Amino acid sequence: MKPYYWLAIIPFFEIFIGVPWANRIEPYVLGMPFIMFWIIWCAISTSIIIGVIYRLDPLNKGSETE
Amino acid sequence: MNAAIVIIFGFLLLSLVLGIRARQGHTMDMEQWAIGGRGFSKFLVFILLAGETYSVFTLLGTSGFAYANGPAAFYTVAFTTLGMITSYWLLPPVWRYAKKHQIISMSELFSKKYKSAGLGIFVTVIGVVALIPYIVVLFKSMGILVSATSYGSISPQVAIWIGMIVLVVYVLVSGIHGSAWNAIIKDILIFFVILFLGIYLPFKYYGGIQSMFEAVHLAKPNFMMFPESGKSMSWFLSTIAISTFGYFMWPHNAPVIFSAKNERAFRFNAVVFPLYALMVLFVCLVGYTAAIQIPGLKGGDTDFALLNLSMKSFDPWFVGIIGATGLLATLIPGSMMLISASTMLTKNFFFSVFPNVNESKTPMVAKVFVIVLSMICTLFALLESSTLVTLYLTAYAMVIQLAPSLYFSFTKNNPITKQGAFAGITLGIGFILYTSFAKVTMITLFPTMPKIVQDLNIGVLALVINIVTMCLVSVLTKKTANISTDQSVA
Repeated sequence: MKPYYWLAIIPFFEIFIGVPWANRIEPYVLGMPFIMFWIIWCAISTSIIIGVIYRLDPLNKGSETE
Repeated sequence: MNAAIVIIFGFLLLSLVLGIRARQGHTMDMEQWAIGGRGFSKFLVFILLAGETYSVFTLLGTSGFAYANGPAAFYTVAFTTLGMITSYWLLPPVWRYAKKHQIISMSELFSKKYKSAGLGIFVTVIGVVALIPYIVVLFKSMGILVSATSYGSISPQVAIWIGMIVLVVYVLVSGIHGSAWNAIIKDILIFFVILFLGIYLPFKYYGGIQSMFEAVHLAKPNFMMFPESGKSMSWFLSTIAISTFGYFMWPHNAPVIFSAKNERAFRFNAVVFPLYALMVLFVCLVGYTAAIQIPGLKGGDTDFALLNLSMKSFDPWFVGIIGATGLLATLIPGSMMLISASTMLTKNFFFSVFPNVNESKTPMVAKVFVIVLSMICTLFALLESSTLVTLYLTAYAMVIQLAPSLYFSFTKNNPITKQGAFAGITLGIGFILYTSFAKVTMITLFPTMPKIVQDLNIGVLALVINIVTMCLVSVLTKKTANISTDQSVA
């Protein structure tokens, strides 16, 4: 188990704890109610986090054929 | 004949031609027809898995759900995001195992893992049963779509029949290769249609996204917050929890997963896919705009929200483009579901029950199953009146029941026995079928419990029943297995 794999737990907190916290309309962010913005943030941050894991993980280095 | 219908049928013909052309240059044995010979690049795997996410159900069902329930419609984005995280670790070992044992379907995975042909047959049947409501969703969407965009000149019933025939022809001639190429065209189309509708409509009626939301807030105060009861926070989080848990259990996704050339494709997908899922939000914007522009839709009619608003806002030719997009978005996921359901029925049901039939009959038997299944789903689609999301979530709750025993089978010392897996899945699915046919809900089951319990997705309860049964039966059967080996030693 590689330590940076633990990063993947963050999005789960963002949804299961973050969404109840973010359940509000104001402030509007980029024209969207806050709750909608929060959902978008969850998806973007997940992509970044998995991207970081992908980069760090030696499994994804080397030639394409395995 | 109006412009919309002409355009829709034009695209239909085009996709059939592409499907037939895709077949050329490939000899179609079963492995080619069903999983493209395990040679799909990460790009094609991505497109095919995405085709699933952006089906006609997204266009009509999600916009309708947003129209009726506000922020609850974000559930797809949330569970897709979390589901893709699990894929990073879950799919590579599954793919490796499948490649090593030349597995091409979900039920073979179960029968190999649990060394039980019976369990394989059982999973086949369960998988097909769970897919039926989903295929019904697609057929129903097609009916809504064609009848609405023909401005009433084709009835939904006739539209369902037309759509079914096209889908069957499409599947029979092309297999999964047709899906891959059409999936690219469909994804480009649906991408632009969703993007355009989601931005243009709020601007057209309210001059901007924020002013649209403010108008919604004025007309329906706090519509954009999770309510205290109904599609509440409790519903949202429980739905996401179980949907994430069972994200890869759809039997029709299994062939796509096995069609990958290497396992890195999955890890790469996990990075990109959450962003791709955000497209769903543009569909939600259409739903929210419709909530004030087309008020008063109730129950199953909410699925007409996007189409009614489009017809109010655009010329027929553009409605035709939307309709054509919807049709392609039915054909691709629909063909994948039919292919995998019939592959499973042929390889894991038919030949297990009739082992004496010559193997050369395989493709023919698979094609007969395609036709029979389509007929069954058409009949359900003609009779069913629930909203698309309700049907979809019922199907989802059923496939999720396969997850616990599958996950356990990939642990080092799997504590679950085949009897445990069988009993758990049976009770889980049985409970879902019972609640959906008897119209039982969490509220009728627990009338005195607080709202937070009553609003839970009923699939949670099914999953708990499943896991508890699975563990209990496994403990019991493991003991007898140990006793019998002890006796044989003595």
